[in-house]
Amino acid sequence: MHQAATAAHTSMHHSETVYELTNVGKTYGKDVVALENVSIALHKGSFSAVIGSSGCGKSTLLNIMAGLIPPSKGRVVLQDKPVLGPRDDIGMMFQQATLFPWRTTIENIVLPIEIRDGRTAAENAKSRAKELIELVGLKGFKDAYPSQLSGGMAQRASICRMLITDPAVLLLDEPFSAVDELTRDFMNMELQRICLDCNATTFLVTHSIPEAVILSDVVYIMAPRPGHVAEVVEIDLSRPRNLDMITTPRFSEIVHHIRARLDDEAGQ
Amino acid sequence: MSEHNSTELPLEETVWTQKVSWIDKVPRSVGIAMVLGAFLFLWWFLSTSGLVPSIILPTPMETLDDLIFVTENVLRGDYIASSLWTTMRTIFFGYLLAIVIGFGLGVLVGETGFGERSVMPLLVGLDTMPKVAFAPLFVAWLGFGIASKVALATFIATFPIIVGTAAGMHSADQNARMLFQSMGASRWQTLWKMKLPTGLPQIFTGLKIGAVGVMAGAITGEFIGGGKGVGELVRLAATQLDTPRVFSLIIYLSVIGMLLYALVVWVQRWIVFWKKEQVLANP
Repeated sequence: MHQAATAAHTSMHHSETVYELTNVGKTYGKDVVALENVSIALHKGSFSAVIGSSGCGKSTLLNIMAGLIPPSKGRVVLQDKPVLGPRDDIGMMFQQATLFPWRTTIENIVLPIEIRDGRTAAENAKSRAKELIELVGLKGFKDAYPSQLSGGMAQRASICRMLITDPAVLLLDEPFSAVDELTRDFMNMELQRICLDCNATTFLVTHSIPEAVILSDVVYIMAPRPGHVAEVVEIDLSRPRNLDMITTPRFSEIVHHIRARLDDEAGQ
Repeated sequence: MSEHNSTELPLEETVWTQKVSWIDKVPRSVGIAMVLGAFLFLWWFLSTSGLVPSIILPTPMETLDDLIFVTENVLRGDYIASSLWTTMRTIFFGYLLAIVIGFGLGVLVGETGFGERSVMPLLVGLDTMPKVAFAPLFVAWLGFGIASKVALATFIATFPIIVGTAAGMHSADQNARMLFQSMGASRWQTLWKMKLPTGLPQIFTGLKIGAVGVMAGAITGEFIGGGKGVGELVRLAATQLDTPRVFSLIIYLSVIGMLLYALVVWVQRWIVFWKKEQVLANP
């Protein structure tokens, strides 16, 4: 596994690096170190996950990557341009779908365009929104209000809203943790299908080891005090993944390794 | 075993009914009629039995007679009609001013750190004062005309609208804020496309409390500052111990109050269409 970990960066060097963090640190106030020496490279079309207990700096890391808060140290570079604030080549998705109840599904989806380029541009983006609605399997619900959508459907709509600006990287903050377990498994497989379809570069923050393993090419294990990357695990399961893989010995082996590593870090 | 089961188990369905007390089964309209009937009976009984002198509590019939007199007067466009018109104008201008000032200050307090730190404490301090005590001051400043009544009505109705608007501005959750931030939305866009629409239910709660306050302010202003409004008619009738007249004027005032409240509820239903079920649950 450790060989696999060191191989993570070299084995994927053939595809270009979209997002690169080098020795990133974040200190709150004078001496509260939330993040230290985090280096992450996301390759075009890859799926990466970060896993760790609460307080390990996952949210800080994600907020830095989204350009919502500045780092205290290090370099953050997306598509060869430093990230110095929110950018329209970053797509985000949260635990809650965060659809606005006074807007229909399609109006919610074109909201980022409306914010960036105004109402006319948003109107023009509706044809693209319709394609995305079909891609995520929400056909027939474009004029429905969020109150008429189930939790899973609402998250599908928020996937469309994330994709409407054609972002270079997708940042997902525990996107399906608020939906029930059965829907969650299904939505994760849908997420994989959509990401493969769009050749998206995706970064997922999660609490669930099986979720991280079934979705990712690379899993970053984070540990607290101060938040840092303890290990990088490459997941060598074949693509496309399916839920039956959860029962394979290789899957259990990886999950077991990650769990042991997280327990070690928590024990220190 | 299977033979045993098929012979021993009862084949009837085991359907049963949950007990509901009869009082919870009374239809709404019947219930309202019952309560109203009981109230009228109690009123009739107290006023006709001699327990309470009729100069203190008129009978329902006396009140009805006077209500008919007042209604005829209003329909003729006589002096009670012009008093009602004066009071309604006071309420209209008072409410309009309260909405403009309350909404403006509410946005300032809810949106800016300056407003929250520096303006809100002063507003809370003002709000705890007995606002009616300012009425003589408004009369001294603005005279005995409609302006001093409008000022008091506005003064009372503004605070709930400020508080409702400021609370509404804070009702958007962290995810919505992060989403707007990540989309690179300006402060103005965040305000108009997210914070204000999200806060509309609270804003309307403030508007509804303000609608009750503006009535109270207008009538109190007329009690204290005189003039031509219904409040002055109520005061006159009371000094002449004409209690049926006081009662019928109060009935007219409560109809105006209910109409104003209903108007706000109707506007809320129309604007906040995504939260219909909560319209009546609010105060």
